[in-house]
Amino acid sequence: MRRFATLVARLAVVLLLGGFLGATLVRFAPGYGVDEAELDSRLNDASVLALRQAHSTDESIGRYYLHYLENLMHGDLGVSRALHQPVRTLLAERFPETLKSVGYGLLLGWVLALGLALLPMLMRSRAADMFAGLFAGAFLCLPAATLALFFVMAHETGRLAIGLIVFPKVYRFARNLVTTHAAQAHILTAWAKGLGSFPILMRHILPAMTPQLLALAGVSVSIAFAAAIPVEAICDLPGIGQLAWQAALGRDMELLVNLTMVVTLITLLSNTGADLLNGRKAQARASA
Amino acid sequence: MKSPRGLAIGFLALVIAACVAGPLFQGPAYAQQFRDVPDAAPSRAHRLGTDDLGRDRLARLLEGTRVSLLLAPAAALLSTLLAGLVGATAALAGRWIERALLAATDLFLSLPWLFLLITVRALLPLNITPFASVTVTFVLLGSLGWAAAARVVCADTRALCSADFVLAARAGGSGRLRLLWRQVMPNLMPVLSAQFWVSIPVFILTEANLGMLGLGVAEPLPSWGGLLRELEGFAMFSAHWWQFMPLVLLVVVVGCFHLTLHRQEISI
Amino acid sequence: MKCKLALCLLLSATVAARAESELRFCLRSEPKTFNPVLVEDDSSETVRYLTGGVLMRLNRATQQLEPELATSWKVSGNGKTISFKLRQGLHFSDGTPFTAEDVAFTMQKLMDPSVHSPTGDAFRSGEGRVVTRVLTPTSVTVTFPAPVVGLDKLFDEVAILSAHSGQKEMAVLGPYRVADYKPGSYLLLKRNPNYWKHDTSGRQLPYIDAVRLEIQQNRDMELLRLMRGEIDFINSLDAEYYDKLKAQASGLVEDAGTSLDAEQMWFNQVAASPLPAYEKAWFTSTNFRRAISDSINRDDLARVVFRGYARPAVSWISPANKYWFNAKLQPRRFDQQAALALLAQDGFSRKNGTLYDRAGHAVEFSVITNAGNKAREEMATMIQQDLAGIGIKLNVVTLDFPSLIERITRTFDYEACLLGLTNNSLDPNTQMTVWLSSGDDHQWDPHQKTPATAWEAEIDTLMREQASTADVKKRKQAVDRVQEIVWQQEPFIYLVNKDSLSAVSPSLHNAHPVVLRPQVYWNIDQLTLGNEVARTR
Repeated sequence: MRRFATLVARLAVVLLLGGFLGATLVRFAPGYGVDEAELDSRLNDASVLALRQAHSTDESIGRYYLHYLENLMHGDLGVSRALHQPVRTLLAERFPETLKSVGYGLLLGWVLALGLALLPMLMRSRAADMFAGLFAGAFLCLPAATLALFFVMAHETGRLAIGLIVFPKVYRFARNLVTTHAAQAHILTAWAKGLGSFPILMRHILPAMTPQLLALAGVSVSIAFAAAIPVEAICDLPGIGQLAWQAALGRDMELLVNLTMVVTLITLLSNTGADLLNGRKAQARASA
Repeated sequence: MKSPRGLAIGFLALVIAACVAGPLFQGPAYAQQFRDVPDAAPSRAHRLGTDDLGRDRLARLLEGTRVSLLLAPAAALLSTLLAGLVGATAALAGRWIERALLAATDLFLSLPWLFLLITVRALLPLNITPFASVTVTFVLLGSLGWAAAARVVCADTRALCSADFVLAARAGGSGRLRLLWRQVMPNLMPVLSAQFWVSIPVFILTEANLGMLGLGVAEPLPSWGGLLRELEGFAMFSAHWWQFMPLVLLVVVVGCFHLTLHRQEISI
Repeated sequence: MKCKLALCLLLSATVAARAESELRFCLRSEPKTFNPVLVEDDSSETVRYLTGGVLMRLNRATQQLEPELATSWKVSGNGKTISFKLRQGLHFSDGTPFTAEDVAFTMQKLMDPSVHSPTGDAFRSGEGRVVTRVLTPTSVTVTFPAPVVGLDKLFDEVAILSAHSGQKEMAVLGPYRVADYKPGSYLLLKRNPNYWKHDTSGRQLPYIDAVRLEIQQNRDMELLRLMRGEIDFINSLDAEYYDKLKAQASGLVEDAGTSLDAEQMWFNQVAASPLPAYEKAWFTSTNFRRAISDSINRDDLARVVFRGYARPAVSWISPANKYWFNAKLQPRRFDQQAALALLAQDGFSRKNGTLYDRAGHAVEFSVITNAGNKAREEMATMIQQDLAGIGIKLNVVTLDFPSLIERITRTFDYEACLLGLTNNSLDPNTQMTVWLSSGDDHQWDPHQKTPATAWEAEIDTLMREQASTADVKKRKQAVDRVQEIVWQQEPFIYLVNKDSLSAVSPSLHNAHPVVLRPQVYWNIDQLTLGNEVARTR
C-alpha cells in the first residue's frame, strides 16, 4: 500500500511538472497572445486594441498554473481560445477517437514489427532478414502524411497508417535484440543439439528480451500518439491529434496545457506499467 | 553475408564521393532558376528535369544529399550518444537517480518541444545563413530525440548488469565508470545502432515537416526533407518517376545503413 | 387499393428522393460562432451566409444590391440615416414572426460597444449612439452619429436576429438552419421550413434540402473528395491544384477571372524598430523601394508560381473591381537597369556583383513570409534571384503565422514582409485602417501620431475625404489619387492579382462562380443537384 501511494505521488509530481513545463514552453514561444484577426482591415483600431487586450496577460506563468490547478480541482479544464468551447467537452469528444486510432496502430505496428523481426530467425534465412530490413527502411522513409493519404485513397481507415509509422521503429530495436540474444552461447548450443527455432524462440530468446520489449512497448505508445497528429489531420479523424495541431498553430494555452497533461499521463502510465512488469519478472527470476 | 554489406558500403562511399565531387562536374547551380522550363522532364541540359521554379533537380539532389547526409547522421549520433548515456546511467546509478532520469525521459517524450524549436528560431538572426539555420535545427532534433531509446537502453543495461561477465568484472574491482565504458557500452551496440538507424530518416522527415512551421532549411538550400515535401500528399500519386529520386535515394541509403551497421547476423 | 398503394409508394419515393438532396462542401476550419453579430472568421461567415436573412443582398454576379427582407430602402442625410420597408408575413425558422423590432434588436446587438466584429465596425463612423426607430411593424429607420460611406451595401452582412425567439441566434431567416454539429467532423444545415422565397412556379426555395459542411483542413483531402464525388465543389483552389485537376477532369474547374486579392511585399519603415540606422535609411527611401519594385519580374511570378492564373498587380484595388480601380495605372515593367539608375541616385553602387550603399554596407536583408504557403515561399525565392541580379542578397525566412504576426504588429523586428491582401468588399472604405497613417493595418509604419511623410499626410486627407461624402464621383477621384500616390511611393510593392479558381461537380447545376466571395454558392437558394431544374427569375 505504501509503495503504491509512493508510486502515485511520484506520478502526480511528474504529471504536474509536465503541465507546468508545457505551459511555460507555450507561454514564452513567439506568437503567444497574437490573433490572426488583428490583420483584418475591416476591424477598427478600438476593436484591434480590444482583441489584443483579450489575449494579453500580465499574469506570471506560475500564477496562471496555480489558477489552472485550482480550476482543475473543480473539474474545470478551461475554455479553448481557438475553438471557443470547454476543453473538457473537446477532450471527452475526441479522446476516444484517438484511443481507437492509437490502439489499432499499436496492434498493427507490433504485429508487423515482431513478425518481421522474428521471421528471419524462424526461417533461418539471411535473405528474409535483408528483405525485412529494406521493407522497414522503406516505410521509415515515407512521410506520415503520404501514408495516411494512401489509406484514404484505398478507402481504408487512416488509423492503419499509424501502425505503418510505428512498426519500422519497433522492428529495428526488436530485430537487433533478437540477433543479439540468438548469438548467445546457450542458444547456439540448443541449435547445434537440434532444437527447433520456434521452441528456442519461445523458451529462450523472447523471455530474455522481455524487459527491453516491455520498455519499447511503453515508448511505442508515445510514438503512436505523435503519429496520430498528422494522420488525424489528414484523414479527418476528429481526435486529439487534430486538436493538438490546431492548438499549436493558435497558441491555445488552455488546450495545450491539458493536452500535454493527457499525453504525459499516458506516457507515465505506459512506461510505469512496463517498469512494474519488468520488476515483477525480475523478482520471479530471482525467487526461481 | 559479406557481399551485400560490401555493396552497401561501396554505395554509401559512392554517394558521399558524388556529393563531394559533384560541384566539379554538375552543370547548373542548384539555386539557378530556368524559368522557361519549370517542371520539365529529364533532358540533356537537366538530367533529372527541373522543379516548379525551373531549378535543376540533379543539382539540388546532390546538394541536398550533401546537407542531409552530413547533418542527419550527426544529429542521429548525438541522440544515440545521449540515449546511451542517460539510459546506462539510469540503470547503473542508484535508485533515486534512476527514477529521476526516467521521469525526465518521460517528460521529454511528452512535452510540446515544437515551441522550443519555434523559440530558438525566433532567437536566431533573420539573416542567418540557410546552412547555419538547418544545422541548428538538426542539433536541436538530436538533443531532443533521445528519450524513446533511453528507456530501452536502460532496460537493456539492467539486464546486462545481471550477466555473468559484468558480475565477474565487478567482483574483479571495476568501478562504475569502467564498467560502463568497458563492459556495458559495447554490449549496448545493438540497441544504440537501432536508435541511430531509425533516427536518420526520422530526423530528415521531421526537418521536412518543420519546414511547415518555418523551422526547416531556408531557400534556396535544398535538403532531402525539403525535396521530399514535393511528394507529400496528393502530389505523390500524380508525380513522375524523376520526382521520386530523392525518396529512392533516401530509401537506398537507409537500406545501406541497415546492411552496414549491425554486424551480427542471424545464425544459421 | 393496389393503385393507392402504388401512388403512396411513388409519392414517398419522390418525397424521399427530394428530401435526399444534400449539397456537400468543405470548411477549412471550425466555425467559431453561430452568432452572426460576432462573425470574424471565414467558416463562421459561411454559416452566416447560408443561414442568415439579410435586408439587402449584394448580387455577387451583377455586383448590384437587391432587396431581400426589405422591399425598399432609402439613404438620407448624406449617409447618416437609412430607412427600410420590410416584407410582411415572414417568420423565423422557429415560427417567430419577423418585424421591424427584430431589425432594431439586431442593430442594438451589432452596435454594442463591447462587441468587436468586422460587421459592426464597418458601421462605426463616429462617436455617439446609433438610434433605431421602429415606425410600424414593417418600417424602421436607423440613424448613425456620422455619415457611413456605402451604408446600404454594408447590410449585406447583417443577418437579422430574432428579438423574441427562445432559440436566440439559432432562429434564422435564411435558406438553411443549423440542424446538427459534430465538432471536428461536420456541420449539417437543413432547409428553413419558413424561408420566404419561392421560384416562379411557386415552389419554396432552396431547391437543395440540406447542406453538409465537412470540416477538412487538408487541401489534398478536399481535392480527393471532390474527385470521388464526396463533395460537390471547392470554393477556392490554388493554382497548382487547379492545374492538376484540369489535367484529370477539365470539366470540373472554373476560372472566374482576376480576383480582388493581391500578393504584396513591404519594407519595415517603423522608426522605433530594432533595425540598424542604415537599413532604415534604405527602406524609407522611395528610390530604393521603386528600384526593388522594378527589379521584380511580375510576369514570371504570375506564369511560374501561379501557372498563368494571375496578373501583375498595380494597386491595392484589383482590376476586377471595375469601378474603383484606377485604370490609368500600369504594372511596373521589369527593368533592372532602371532599378540600378534609381539606386545610383541614392548613392548605391555595385562592386564585384554586390550592391553597396553610400557608407559601404553590402545590401542584404531578409523577407519574412508565412510558412506552409507554397506560393508565397516560391514567390520569395524568385524575388531572391531577381534581386541577386542587381547585387542584392535576399534571405528568405519562413515563419509560422503567429510568430510572423508578432513581428509585424508588436516587435517590428523584421526587414521586409511578403503577405497577401484579402479583399472581401468592393468599397475601398473598408481599407481605412490600412491607409490612415494612424491605422493598425498601416503595415509599413502603423500607429503614427502624425504622418511621417507628406505623401502619407496626403493619403490621410484623401481617405478621410472619401469617407465623408456620399458623392460617388468625388470619392472615385480621391481613391484614384490615393492609388496614384501608392504607385509612385510603393509603400506596398504589389506583386500579382490571383485568379479566382474553383471546382464544381457536374451534378451541381446553376452554379456560376464569380470573383466575389462566396465564389460558388453565392446563389445557394437557386442551386440544384442531379436532374432538378431551377425556375427563378
